[in-house]
Amino acid sequence: MTIAPPHDLAPRIASFDADSFGMPTGRELEWRFAPLEVMRPFFEPIDGAGTVTAVSTSELVVNSAIATASSTWVPTDRTAAVARAGARSAVTVNVPRDANLVDPIVIRLDAGAEFAYQHVEINAGAFSTAKIVIEAHTGADVSGAIVVNVADGADLTLLIVVDGPKTHRLIAHIPATIGRDARFTACTVTLGGRAVRLLPSVHYAGPGGRAELLGVFLAEGEQYLEQRIFVEHEQPHCSSNVIYKGALSGAHAHTVWIGDVLVRREAIGTETYEMNRNLLLSDGPRADSVPNLELETGDVVSAGHASATGRFDDEQLFYLQSRGIPADLARQLVVRGFFADVVGRLGLPEWRDDVMQRISARLGMADEGASDD
Amino acid sequence: MSELVINDLHASIDTDAGDKEILRGVTLSVESGRTHAVMGPNGSGKSTLAYVIAGHPKYRVTSGSITLDGEDVLAMSVDERARAGLFLAMQYPVEVPGVSVSNFLRTSVTAVKGEAPKLRTWVKEMKEAMADLQMDPAFAERSVNEGFSGGEKKRHEILQLALLRPKFAILDETDSGLDVDALRIVAEGVNRYRESSGAGTLLITHYTRILRYITPDVVHVFVDGRIVESGGADLAEVLETEGYERFITAAQPA
Repeated sequence: MTIAPPHDLAPRIASFDADSFGMPTGRELEWRFAPLEVMRPFFEPIDGAGTVTAVSTSELVVNSAIATASSTWVPTDRTAAVARAGARSAVTVNVPRDANLVDPIVIRLDAGAEFAYQHVEINAGAFSTAKIVIEAHTGADVSGAIVVNVADGADLTLLIVVDGPKTHRLIAHIPATIGRDARFTACTVTLGGRAVRLLPSVHYAGPGGRAELLGVFLAEGEQYLEQRIFVEHEQPHCSSNVIYKGALSGAHAHTVWIGDVLVRREAIGTETYEMNRNLLLSDGPRADSVPNLELETGDVVSAGHASATGRFDDEQLFYLQSRGIPADLARQLVVRGFFADVVGRLGLPEWRDDVMQRISARLGMADEGASDD
Repeated sequence: MSELVINDLHASIDTDAGDKEILRGVTLSVESGRTHAVMGPNGSGKSTLAYVIAGHPKYRVTSGSITLDGEDVLAMSVDERARAGLFLAMQYPVEVPGVSVSNFLRTSVTAVKGEAPKLRTWVKEMKEAMADLQMDPAFAERSVNEGFSGGEKKRHEILQLALLRPKFAILDETDSGLDVDALRIVAEGVNRYRESSGAGTLLITHYTRILRYITPDVVHVFVDGRIVESGGADLAEVLETEGYERFITAAQPA
């Protein structure tokens, strides 16, 4: 619980002008954990940078000039402003009003260059139902936004998989606006990248909105993986549920989870919960976990947060081994089990299996004999 | 015919105050088809004996031996011991969140038998074994031991016994925390396995209650890290009426 904060949790500045924001020094709350030297290329415009385009079989996914971008989102930090100004084209996904899409729309984002800016807009039309999977490959340095608008009564599920080599950098702002009685379920899976900074945020445009922000991340070697969540309850009778789980291995892996939830005076009847759990698979990695819950009204249904970081439980390993299961397979079962409930909440069974296999592969484990069925 | 032989076994645990010896020379042999009860007061080290046989890393064997049909059990990893035919039903089974009972059981059976069971026969076998223990089929979809009642945990242990079919079953306080109905169901499960498999059983218990359902061939009194007296089933009756007092006193150094 934050005691007498100097200001509320909401970003203070929103601007398209990068110079409205100071140059990060590492003393700012939002930059205190990140390796600034690694992130520095994102702080100033880069000439000749590419722009991310989408590859998809869905006709709803369109690459077009940046001028066609229609979202009203305004960048909230320097990297976002630089990226917005530098992006030459936009990826838009417009789910028509009342559409009920059964199969997920799968989008692969292609940087097309060593360094690229990104601007993606996803608009779920009123009363539509859709599932979208975005594959972001960490084979290039990418900075930008995935702007989500879930119109009144719509139900959008969004899975973002960040996977690829552990060499490059990614910053992605993921601001979402949730309409009246709309529902938004998002899950970020962060496996690849040298340094990754994801900033999902939620605002409510009307009462009755429900948001579920999920995340799993696995940091190994030198990886720095940051997830910075901001949920602003400014409408009554909305809910938010934030669940992030991370696993870390290797002496230099570092993860950061910041969960900021702000409940405004007018947001009566709010239900909010946020939780981060981290599992240390070896000695040495560092997991920073900071939940912040700020209530401007006491007239809420429920408000809670939890954070826990623990070592791999040797008793679980012993129990499984004592049933004949070899140590590496036992460890795999435990780690998969740790993540399974988060990924399982998405309602995308094939992608749940896909993500679990990616995690197993990362951990250098064979995948046989450990299906989750 | 198999034989589990424990000879002059000493084992310690690391504590803040240094090494503490808990097993002080345990000698015991169990043959196939025989049931030995190890009875002792709290803190006598009888659960440690169970854990040391299973290979828990917390304990360090300082001397002595354990062999299974002549093979050196102490040289085996925990999972190798299970694959060699040892099974420990634990007093406090461990929760493994996110791993379903059915996935866990199938993975275990695959590991112990060396090949995956055929899916159709496996589902049938699992359902029958669960029905024998009066377990709801929905149980298979729950996470291992998570949120289980005491009775459910013990039934789940005996379910594993029935499916893994070890040569020797070590039952650590399987009766603790069970009401009469659950105790009867669990004990019937153990008896069913003893009779169908001809396996050897090492029954570790504080109370004589479970011995009304599972009749031992041999009863050992375990005090202060070693067996101080052995006898037939009638020895349990003596403990029932007289308690451990006489043995504790005798075990104290003069």
